[in-house]
Amino acid sequence: MTNNTNNNTVFVQGNEVCAEAALYAGMGFYAGYPITPSSEIMEHMARRVPATGGRFLQMEDEIASLAAIIGASLTGHKVMTATSGPGFSLMQETLGFAMMAEIPCVIVNVQRGGPSTGLPTQAAQSDVYQARWGTHGDHSVIALTASNNQDLFEITVDAFNMAETYRTPVIVLIDEVIGHLREKLQMPDPDELEVVKRLRTAVPHGVDYHPYLPREDGRLPMSDFGDKHRYNVTGLYHNMWGFPTTDPTVIDGLIHHLVDKIENNLHQITRYKEYYLSDADCVLISYGCSARSALHIVKNRRQRGMKLGLLELQSLWPFPAGLVREKCAGAQHIVVVEMNMGQVVHEVKRAVDHPERVYLANRVDGEFITPTNIKNVLRVIMGRGV
Amino acid sequence: MAMQDYIRSRFFPHIWCVGCGHGTALNALLRTVETLGLDPSDIVMVSGIGCSSRMPGYVDFHTLHTLHGRALAFATGTKMSKPELTVLVPMGDGDALAIGGNHFIHACRRNIDITAIVLNNRIYGMTGGQFSPLSGPGVVATTAPYATYDPAFDVMRLAVGAGASFAARGTTYHVIELQQLLLKAISHKGFSVVEVLSPCPTHFGRRNQQGGSVEMLEWLKANTTKLGSKAAEENPELITRGIFVEEERPEYCEQYEQVLAQTREE
Repeated sequence: MTNNTNNNTVFVQGNEVCAEAALYAGMGFYAGYPITPSSEIMEHMARRVPATGGRFLQMEDEIASLAAIIGASLTGHKVMTATSGPGFSLMQETLGFAMMAEIPCVIVNVQRGGPSTGLPTQAAQSDVYQARWGTHGDHSVIALTASNNQDLFEITVDAFNMAETYRTPVIVLIDEVIGHLREKLQMPDPDELEVVKRLRTAVPHGVDYHPYLPREDGRLPMSDFGDKHRYNVTGLYHNMWGFPTTDPTVIDGLIHHLVDKIENNLHQITRYKEYYLSDADCVLISYGCSARSALHIVKNRRQRGMKLGLLELQSLWPFPAGLVREKCAGAQHIVVVEMNMGQVVHEVKRAVDHPERVYLANRVDGEFITPTNIKNVLRVIMGRGV
Repeated sequence: MAMQDYIRSRFFPHIWCVGCGHGTALNALLRTVETLGLDPSDIVMVSGIGCSSRMPGYVDFHTLHTLHGRALAFATGTKMSKPELTVLVPMGDGDALAIGGNHFIHACRRNIDITAIVLNNRIYGMTGGQFSPLSGPGVVATTAPYATYDPAFDVMRLAVGAGASFAARGTTYHVIELQQLLLKAISHKGFSVVEVLSPCPTHFGRRNQQGGSVEMLEWLKANTTKLGSKAAEENPELITRGIFVEEERPEYCEQYEQVLAQTREE
């Protein structure tokens, strides 16, 4: 990062922003495995983590990377790993473990084109559903995204805050364009952004501590490995001590807790931005890099008198269906702009009152979707031809 | 502390079958912990999936029961994030060396101060008696009804080759010797591997005409000998017990402390 002024404005790459934001949020442990286009996050961490007194590990693969940060989270550290599509695929079983064992951790997926090895150095947004349903079994998940450096910084800090608040893995789902884009960042001052500390138990030593007994507000205070409370952590269904069980009542309670603690807090988790929505008769819905082109076309068409607006989603999971429905209530046309064969568009169709008014403007050839690509779809929808 | 103070009796009875060697191995391990005078709050036991991996549930340490094959990866994060903790990793043969083989060799290579205890019963017990990469040829298993032809890993040679700075083999018949090996392994600064030959009468013995638990212990007595003994020299087919490597080498977390010191100076 190059600091070119005295007012903390820096000219940086998105991957570096993500790494710096993690350190701002108090991350003390990073483990990873290099993969394009996320490697700069790990390289930045390799330099910066020791300098901040934290711990850095290069593991043998992505499975081990996520496993290592879970092992470190339990000793009391805030932890992160970063990867891209193939590595994110390898992490899925371990991601489910973190959900089941309720381990706070942050996983960054800098999306590239898939399936398989796909397009290592080119952009896509095709892991949205994988973030939701990649691991097996019922579960709920938090996935956040951003379209520029400033938002990426704040969203990454949010990701750590949510991981601690809900005791769950949080996925930061950015893309190659955002990861590699260099632009301005106004570094927030220390204390400018809220940083949630780990909630630790107040149960004194010698009193039976129940690591998996939620408080009334659904939160579970933790105790660090190495402290005086000794308890079991498992990926099996478990009771309030963390010991495996097949008791149907306990199983039913746990799966409902795991899903409810996220779904019931949809409003607290939802992050979005809106542009020109108040009178829009055509609403674009986009996120990540695609939202940049969507915003460009909205501003451009507004100058020509078209009533176009943009809803930029910054939290994709849990999906803010109520918000989408409300913002699209007056729209004649709803166009989802994303770089995949149609993922968020399905969620939008399920959310709105008139799914027949929902269209997809996409691009899937590895190139960044342009304002012209979106404009062409708009022309077709409005019967003007391309 | 008395040995039973290390046990979470609340969660007994345990899941292990009658005649299983894993209880004997756990007993030897807890006696070793007692001998070393370790505070249970300073011990983390991390395991994967399998019969042996249920061990953490029963011991009153900090315990982490993870995914099949991944215990050493979790344990590496735990140790690296709090190096003052003693980290013990019981693993089954399939857990450690089939699905977990990659993590095993890399943990050896790093020489991180963790003790891996490979409870080798030469079979997948929990899933019902399928062969493992330590079964070796000629073993009847549910996935080898006509007997195996897969060669086995030699855990000791693999560990030494991958860079473990301590590697030893014992059995659940030679319990006092096993305790001595575990004591040296846990005290060793660096990655230590202890392979424990542990009978599985339910799935291995029954299908391979080795009899019940008593006969299988007698088999261990008859078919193993001390490393470097005259018997070993005269009978190369015997399985050797003892310490295969014990070397002082830079430990991983200590190396990282030097990086931390270096960045502080800068």
